[in-house]
Amino acid sequence: MTDLAQDLLSSFVVAEPQLNGSRNLGVVHLRKEALDRFEAQGFPTTRDEEWKYTNLKPVLKHDYRILLKGDDAVSFADIKSYLLSDLDTYKLVFINGKYSSWLSDSTHQEFDVCTFAAALNKYPDIIAEYLGKGAPKGETFVDLNTAFADDGAFIRVKANQTVDKPIEILYLTTNENGPAFSQVRNLIIAEQNAEVQLLERHQNIGDQPSFTNFVSEVFAARDARVSYYKVQNDSDEATLVDNTHVVQKEQSNVHVGTYTFGGKLVRNNLHFYSAGERAESHMDGITIIGDGQTVDHHTLVDHQEPNCYSRELYKGIYLGKSHGIFNGKVMVRQKAQKTNAFQQNDNILLSDKAKVDTKPQLEIFADDVRCSHGCTIGQLDRNALFYLRSRGIPKREAEGLMTYAFAADALEYVKIPQLEKRLNRVIAEKLGINLEFAL
Amino acid sequence: MIKINNLQARVEDKEILKGINLEVNPGEIHAIMGPNGSGKSTLSSVIAGREDYEVTGGSIDFEGEDLMDLDPEERAHKGIFLSFQYPVEIPGVTVSNFIKTAINESRKGRGEEPMKAREMLAKMREKTALLEMDKSYLSRSLNEGFSGGEKKRNEIFQMAMLEPKLAILDETDSGLDIDALRIVAGGVNKLRTADNAVVVITHYQRLLDYIKPDFVHVLFNGKIVKSGGPELAHELEEKGYDWIKAENA
Repeated sequence: MTDLAQDLLSSFVVAEPQLNGSRNLGVVHLRKEALDRFEAQGFPTTRDEEWKYTNLKPVLKHDYRILLKGDDAVSFADIKSYLLSDLDTYKLVFINGKYSSWLSDSTHQEFDVCTFAAALNKYPDIIAEYLGKGAPKGETFVDLNTAFADDGAFIRVKANQTVDKPIEILYLTTNENGPAFSQVRNLIIAEQNAEVQLLERHQNIGDQPSFTNFVSEVFAARDARVSYYKVQNDSDEATLVDNTHVVQKEQSNVHVGTYTFGGKLVRNNLHFYSAGERAESHMDGITIIGDGQTVDHHTLVDHQEPNCYSRELYKGIYLGKSHGIFNGKVMVRQKAQKTNAFQQNDNILLSDKAKVDTKPQLEIFADDVRCSHGCTIGQLDRNALFYLRSRGIPKREAEGLMTYAFAADALEYVKIPQLEKRLNRVIAEKLGINLEFAL
Repeated sequence: MIKINNLQARVEDKEILKGINLEVNPGEIHAIMGPNGSGKSTLSSVIAGREDYEVTGGSIDFEGEDLMDLDPEERAHKGIFLSFQYPVEIPGVTVSNFIKTAINESRKGRGEEPMKAREMLAKMREKTALLEMDKSYLSRSLNEGFSGGEKKRNEIFQMAMLEPKLAILDETDSGLDIDALRIVAGGVNKLRTADNAVVVITHYQRLLDYIKPDFVHVLFNGKIVKSGGPELAHELEEKGYDWIKAENA
């Protein structure tokens, strides 16, 4: 057992009585069970098949503080650049895992855009119905989070309602006092025929290492529509394990876009459970990383019911000494006839030192399905490069333009124009190209 | 304008150009004809600076300057344009952004100021009209989903926008129906001045009914084996390439 795991176990004894929800026996029970499972499993190593290519050892060795305090010194000016400034949004801002009401803009009017802490304390029925029902027990990071997490975003959109503006969720770590280990949790519920758009970001604004173990459970009821965008552009000191689990009912439509441009190590465990007929699941993403950065996308679509559609498109551009991992699993259960599942992972290596491991994994138990998958790893097309250069566009610009065009393909489903513009700008910046291309 | 002297080139170990001599002056139209595999496309790629070919001998002189050490983009800045036989699809980049970038990079390469947005727009409007293109072309992704004819028209549109001194049209007629051919050829003819020159590379005589060459050359097995006036194209159309092959066997 690692020192960090030991620290976590002993901290739990101190922390548990003070956590939000500690008077709810169901929650207390859930936490203790989850902690027991974590104690039995500990942190994964590269000997675990699911962690074969991602070594956590270097990021687990820091002396993390586990019980974090909020930070009142953070002002709007400090966080402005992490928000979409040209768009009116609801905002939920957390600093070291604690809700910051003065930086946030929440609502309880027609729908709940508030905190997981509030849900734990005020909505025992909802907690009993949903908490832990999306993220599977037995996944060690999920269990660890279940044991500790007592704040984060709580969003509930009642039947037939559309949230009038996007919701921005910002998790900040300020760690002047040393490395910080934070565990936050989202509970997102879109009831029948409800609609919501979410933007989420984790950001380390200190200069010390941070480790965020994050769980997000999303429930989309019949005909609900959820767009969920994750912008991952954290500092070189930040590690993120993002466990996002989406449960979909009949004819719901959920899109999760993951845009990764930074962080020391990012592991995305993104799971879709297609548990209603004619549900549509979209997941796509762009990864552009460089020296010393690792991004690991582990996705699962679990088709449990007939006539569902899933689409998965991940684009990766790797510079410097970076490492990308893509593991995309598509499960089609016996009952899930007429499933239509598409998966594609395309990568460009722009450096000799960059590395990509990509692995599609299909497990199909139904006999009448359409599943396609593909992955490519390559360099830029020489033919196209010559074409651009013969028109007078210098080599560097031509390469940038082509790389941009390669990536931008995965932005097609972004529904918030301001976000699309911003992503375009970040991509252009990362690739060192003229923004004029990105219009 | 351009003087090609004893040009030899190969790709990997295969000799393709075996000593090409060609001189093109301002105001002239030259046609290069020849059977498949004779080296026509290689010649155009080598002039445009494609790095997949290794030039093993000879020289290319453009307006008194040796081209050999110049990158493709530098050649473009000097006024060389190649219309591709197979234009490349670039998803995600619109025609108008692409051409704007190409024009302004070329101007930058020549030490000139970028073109004013208004001027650019007016020029785009004028040239799309010239080629009977719908303006919606401009906002489409470059060549993506274009028909064969649209791609070729788009090549000539780029030529019209870039106003090169020397335009090399590589099999521009392939994939064009008769109406598209008329429009494309008409565009090329309208772009002619006393100061620019065109080299038309083609397998068939058909295009030369519309773009009338001053000189016709026959390329066979990496060499120009025959040169003449427009009548040579007609002779080839009538007799095919077999007599050329027989003469040079």
